[in-house]
Amino acid sequence: MSSKLTVPQASAALDAHTRQMIKWHFSPETGCDYWLKWARSAGWDPRKEIKCFADIAKKFPHFDDEVLRQEQPERFVPKKYRGRPFNIFETGGTTGMPKQRIGWDDYKVDYEEYSNHYGPKFFPKGDWLMVGPTGPRRLRLAVEHLANYRGDSCYFVDLDPRFVKRLIGSGEMAMARKYQEHVIDQAATIMRHRKITNMFTTPRLLENLAERMSLVKAGLKGVFVGGTTMTPQYVRFVVEEVLEGKINFAPTYGNTLMGLAISKKLTPADNYSITYYAPQPRATLRIVNPDNPSELVPYNEYGRVELTTMTKEFFVPRFLERDEAIRRPPCSEFPWDGVGDVRPFQSLTKTIIEGVY
Amino acid sequence: MSAIHIPILRLGQPYRSLDTQKHTLPDGTTLEVSVANSGLIRRDLQNLPRSAAALRAVPAETLAACMEKAADLYLNGNLPWGDDPARLQSPADYAAALSQLTGLPHSLGRGNMAKVHAAMSNIRAVLAGLTRGLPPALFDSGVVEQDGLAVNFFPQTNSLGVLLPSNSPGVNSLWLPALAMKIPVVLKPGREDPLTPFRLIQAMIAAGFPREAFGFYPTTHDGGDTVLFGTGRAIAFGNDTTLKKYAPYRHIQVHGSGRSKILIGDDYADDWAAHLDPIVHAISANGGRSCINCSSVLIGRNRDALADALARRLAVIEPLPRDHPDAILSGFANPAMAKGINERIDELLQTPGAVDLTAKYRTGPRLAEVHGQTFLRPTLVACGDLNHPLANTEFMFPFASILQVPQAKMLDVIGETLVVSAFTKDRAWSAELMTSTNIERLNLGPYTTMRVQWEQPHEGNLFEFLYRRRALQGDLVAV
Repeated sequence: MSSKLTVPQASAALDAHTRQMIKWHFSPETGCDYWLKWARSAGWDPRKEIKCFADIAKKFPHFDDEVLRQEQPERFVPKKYRGRPFNIFETGGTTGMPKQRIGWDDYKVDYEEYSNHYGPKFFPKGDWLMVGPTGPRRLRLAVEHLANYRGDSCYFVDLDPRFVKRLIGSGEMAMARKYQEHVIDQAATIMRHRKITNMFTTPRLLENLAERMSLVKAGLKGVFVGGTTMTPQYVRFVVEEVLEGKINFAPTYGNTLMGLAISKKLTPADNYSITYYAPQPRATLRIVNPDNPSELVPYNEYGRVELTTMTKEFFVPRFLERDEAIRRPPCSEFPWDGVGDVRPFQSLTKTIIEGVY
Repeated sequence: MSAIHIPILRLGQPYRSLDTQKHTLPDGTTLEVSVANSGLIRRDLQNLPRSAAALRAVPAETLAACMEKAADLYLNGNLPWGDDPARLQSPADYAAALSQLTGLPHSLGRGNMAKVHAAMSNIRAVLAGLTRGLPPALFDSGVVEQDGLAVNFFPQTNSLGVLLPSNSPGVNSLWLPALAMKIPVVLKPGREDPLTPFRLIQAMIAAGFPREAFGFYPTTHDGGDTVLFGTGRAIAFGNDTTLKKYAPYRHIQVHGSGRSKILIGDDYADDWAAHLDPIVHAISANGGRSCINCSSVLIGRNRDALADALARRLAVIEPLPRDHPDAILSGFANPAMAKGINERIDELLQTPGAVDLTAKYRTGPRLAEVHGQTFLRPTLVACGDLNHPLANTEFMFPFASILQVPQAKMLDVIGETLVVSAFTKDRAWSAELMTSTNIERLNLGPYTTMRVQWEQPHEGNLFEFLYRRRALQGDLVAV
């Protein structure tokens, strides 16, 4: 996922990929019902008017993810993929009808790239444990694929974030704690009875598990986390105390719509501030002015996260995430903009339920 | 000048967090306060047995003497501001910074310092009051002999967690006795007042308390819950919502709204004019910020005359600069809170049956933005009955309702009340007051609700909260 391209080369590659994906999604021979109908009602032909990635921001409105709740998933099947059974993945959600996205191989591509980014030293050979949301989520298949791709197997302990949010929202703190203990009990049991070398979990569950045992003594070598806000202090705490400075740590930012953004290697100059880079060109993250989302914020300033996903399986233009982050410049590993210190949108003014997830 | 940094104290060990809260001190220096993430607190709490052992190793008599020494250091000493031992905070620095951060005028800050100092310097009297006269040696062996009987108490916890408020530094006096009882503390300071608990801890360490006995964790709501649920006994301050949230948990004692009251008996009802001073004091002392401030006055007759006189007295209390020696009112550290309270009162005054009596005597509106701060001027509201939404409530400034209620009905209608000052010598009514389950602290006679006697428990008995008696029989030679 890291790239040897220069910044202009990466930009050119993104423009080329944009033209290719727009052609795919808006051609009657390859596109899906939903986007073809959308183009007809919009009254313009993206194939003619989108010449580069910047045109997406100029021409497309923000994607409303409510359609993922309202539309039948079949309407997003590209014509070329008709007849191929698909996976249905759901976003976190709380109650009511969940948002759904379909897919075939995207998650495999994402996690193979992720695996290639981190070599065998970072996640040494050995079995994996995933402690986190399984169920109808992409993550469950993705983590198992990651392990299998590396020639390993994966154990699972499920956590239902919808139930946790519901408990916290209704003030059932004692039950939420019991549920969390129940999850950690299961994870600790697996850790004690099986040889676990690598793990995927949420940061909160990771620290809970480390309160039960030394993860270093338990034999853990690499940890991959995602799913919640991590301030620099939190990252430092995880690195220094939870992982005792001895276990490789790979924070990620991602969701069902985007895939997986990798964090750049931490250096002392970062002071534990994490910066994520989207799997460009398949997905692009921009940090935009919340009051005028057409405009990027200057580097090193907070803004709202805007996601554009462009794969053959799925097209999402300019989706405004419920997160905000610092716009960070390209770095030696990733020749495109990064997003730093991600946190829930307007978290300084609103009460956010993140729970154990 | 470089910033001053108040660190987290991880059971005595200073720790600089990358998450900080920032304040500005009177001389323009930045005050940074380290903020702990909840996981860090949870990890530290696993080491509490070591903290308890460190306290157990010191004789109780020595701890009491250390507390007395710490009282003097807190009031008069130069103590570290933060994690730089070379930067010392004088009492004047502390009072000025406290005023800057909390809005308390210097006069009230000093008053609170005196209150906390008294709680520390009178620690033996406080312990005697809480234990009903048992000797401090109880905390060494757990056993003392009383009337020929071995009396055994044992700790129910290895720590006391406290979520402190910012509105009144005096409340810190509540947790101090725990250390003399050999129970370590885990403190979450209020956002606007990290200074008081930090200064107290510094004074106590300097006086000889083992540093492991102190956890000091400025933190988030999540971290606050970690303190409450990670300690065996905990105290939280807050409003009715806080009370409701933690009510199901027996190990958490919540100090919610006090709704303290003055009940004027029929034997004092015609003589009210002679007792205005304690009523005005009860409403306005400490800027009206304490749970023991009076928030309702009930009288069986002559309500209007008393109300008018009280309104005149309260209305002359004006906002003054924070360093004015006569300042009584506190500015609000968060002006939006003052505006919100003001709007809420105006909204509730729209409900028929209530009149703001102070409005006609005040020199300006209730909300005052003067002397570089935002204040609320004292407010007395006459209510027709206790069902009015302003009749039995309290706000963080001198606010009270006044009602005419027959003496015979007063105890039926007051509801849960932290302090009642009953102005009466009526023997029969006194007996009823004594058996009322709604009253936490009772003053009999024409006294302010703010009256504090160190030998008496405040809200609940800390000793009974932390220790439990059990039967101990048999051969006690090894005890």
